[in-house]
Amino acid sequence: MKNRMTCSITIRALCAAIVVFMGLIASEATAKPYIPANDDTVLEKLPAPGTESQRVLRGLRTQLTATPENLTLALRLARRYMDVGRAESDPRYYGYAESALKPWWDIDKPPLEVLVLRAGLYQFRHDFETALDDLETILAARPNHAQALLTKAFVLQVVGRNGAAIEACRRLPKSGPSLIVATCLGRVESLSGKAAGGKNRLANALTAGNNEDRLRLWALTNLAEIAARRGGAQEAERHFRAALDLGRRDVYLLGAYADFLLERGRPQDARDLLDGDTRPDGLLLRLAIAEQRLGNDAALRYRTMLEARFEASRRRGSILHRREEARFTLEILKRPETALRLALANWDLQKEPHDAALVLQAAIAAKTPTRATPVVAWIAKTGLEDVSLEASIRRLKQG
Amino acid sequence: MPRIIQALYAALLVLIPVTAEAHKPSDSTLGLRIDGATVQGTWAIALRDLDYAMGLDGDGDGDITWGELRTRHGAIAAYALARLDLRADDAVCPAAASEHLVEDRSDGAYAVLRFTAECAGTIADFNVHYSLFFDLDPQHRGLLKTEWNGVNATSILSPERPSWRAQDGEANPWIQAAVYAEEGVWHIWIGIDHVLFLISLLLPAVLHRCKSGGTLAKRPHAAFREVVKVVTAFTLAHSITLGLASLGWIDLPPRLIEPLIAASIVLAALNNIFPVVSRGIWAVAFGFGLIHGLGFASALSELGLPSEGLLLSLFSFNLGVEVGQLAIVAVFLPAATYAARTRFYQPLVLRFGSFAIAAVASIWFVERALI
Repeated sequence: MKNRMTCSITIRALCAAIVVFMGLIASEATAKPYIPANDDTVLEKLPAPGTESQRVLRGLRTQLTATPENLTLALRLARRYMDVGRAESDPRYYGYAESALKPWWDIDKPPLEVLVLRAGLYQFRHDFETALDDLETILAARPNHAQALLTKAFVLQVVGRNGAAIEACRRLPKSGPSLIVATCLGRVESLSGKAAGGKNRLANALTAGNNEDRLRLWALTNLAEIAARRGGAQEAERHFRAALDLGRRDVYLLGAYADFLLERGRPQDARDLLDGDTRPDGLLLRLAIAEQRLGNDAALRYRTMLEARFEASRRRGSILHRREEARFTLEILKRPETALRLALANWDLQKEPHDAALVLQAAIAAKTPTRATPVVAWIAKTGLEDVSLEASIRRLKQG
Repeated sequence: MPRIIQALYAALLVLIPVTAEAHKPSDSTLGLRIDGATVQGTWAIALRDLDYAMGLDGDGDGDITWGELRTRHGAIAAYALARLDLRADDAVCPAAASEHLVEDRSDGAYAVLRFTAECAGTIADFNVHYSLFFDLDPQHRGLLKTEWNGVNATSILSPERPSWRAQDGEANPWIQAAVYAEEGVWHIWIGIDHVLFLISLLLPAVLHRCKSGGTLAKRPHAAFREVVKVVTAFTLAHSITLGLASLGWIDLPPRLIEPLIAASIVLAALNNIFPVVSRGIWAVAFGFGLIHGLGFASALSELGLPSEGLLLSLFSFNLGVEVGQLAIVAVFLPAATYAARTRFYQPLVLRFGSFAIAAVASIWFVERALI
């Protein structure tokens, strides 16, 4: 009986190897340049064609091409590009925004509004220190500059300087929508041992005012993530659904909700949520994980696609994908040693709960718990409340 | 109040996902193959980028079809090639499109533009200046890959570093020769099988076999003479087959050669334990050297030989192999000559060492013959 079992496992492994091999051959074959069979063959689908937003962008761009030195116009276009880039999670738009700001990008003292956007663009490139430099320049001139304070709070939170981030949130002008201050504070507080207070603050602010959808979506996403970290699965689910029901596409929200579903052993739901959206790398990664857990053939195709993207990223010399690559290496490739190395490199740069989780999980899988010690110490120091991190730490301590 | 709300909203746009959940950013891949006075180019450019730059979606339905792309081929070639400046010795090499293809990648479809640039004369100093899309998207990158006389190079071209320059080729054959010589040295050093074969032949070279069956250490100059004979025979033999195979006069598949090389090591090592050939080891070195030469040739063919300056490259590669080999002999000979006088040389170094070599090579033989 036992013999037969090992035999069937061997055969299965062999089959898997053959499938992988065939997949590689197939991906090789499709990677060859070709001449399409007929004129009607659709080669590429452009993002959001014919939408109002794309029409406005085109109009502004035409105007700016005619008058490239028009600062007001350039700022409007750059903000719009960054807005689309954020919603679609597409770095091309950040490049277009940078191009719109070109006349002021490298000059000695750019206008403050240019600096604000430049800081945002640096931040998207994970050049956090340069972003903070720009923000300090703005705040030196205008200590209550709301955009600069909010951006600063977020950059500081990402790099794990929670105390300074809370300070920046507190300095936000009280005259603005209270939901902004509440979300800013709530998010950082939830990461520094005050999750209950942060959650209540956010929930109250959400019910209090009549806020714009975009802002509600951001607040609800944060609320859902805080609830999920505290183990309130039903509550988190409710907030995620409420955010989705606003009907605005938001790649960050989709990624966060997919993670929530995957963590709760609901790969089918995660797959349905993402609905084959393979353009953003982060969503492609979650799709690949979901399909792999479901044992579907699509997992192999997604894996090949991800490998191609990471390879392309490496060829560019980019560091933007460290987090995704660490997770891919851990969960899809199942190479914990390499994953741990990538996760620790990512940890040097970013210190959000996801980044901590990756180090802990990779250290558990690689059976080298001591290498996660700095992260465990950091979690203890900040007082971060996160049930899944706590579970990982327990497993680490059990060895 | 409205002003500040506006400002705060604007900040939100910039902010929310601080961490990248990014798409692949924009880059093109540009392959250049330089041969004589001609540059062959293959340039893959994302359709999305071309659409943003010049509009490809003729009917505005959001789908780019092959028909829409095909009608714009002329414009695409003109747009792209105007943003690529290829120069040989500071003179422009005009480029013309030769073929338009499509490639599907993980992040979407790419237009593949094949082109040929003709320079005035044989290129000695080559310069690439890339400026595609830098005005529209400063984060765009050109991923350059060049191939010049068997030497490959890659470079990331950006608005900060838009140029790539190289001096190479026939204009300075010595640089090319040096590259091949280095490869030759490298091949013998990492090609542990050739080293083990040579050592198997040299181990008994420092001993004098008496008629009684026992052995005596040779005097240094006698040992030296024997080693020179063996090494020269091995060198001559593998140079002959390396040359013949590289020029295409003999062609044997690596599947056959690789196990034979392993077998030659087994036989040479076993001969030290159960002597069959004791005089004229040089003849063994010559015979098996012919096979090892074919092994060098397949390594060289992986490296690729330039069409011009072929003989010089071949000679340099072989010279590199000899230099690498002599370096090994230079360490081996004094050590072995000294060790041969001790009592442990014959049982430990010669017999056990040969046994170990034979064992390792047997494993190689099985691996190479079966897999």
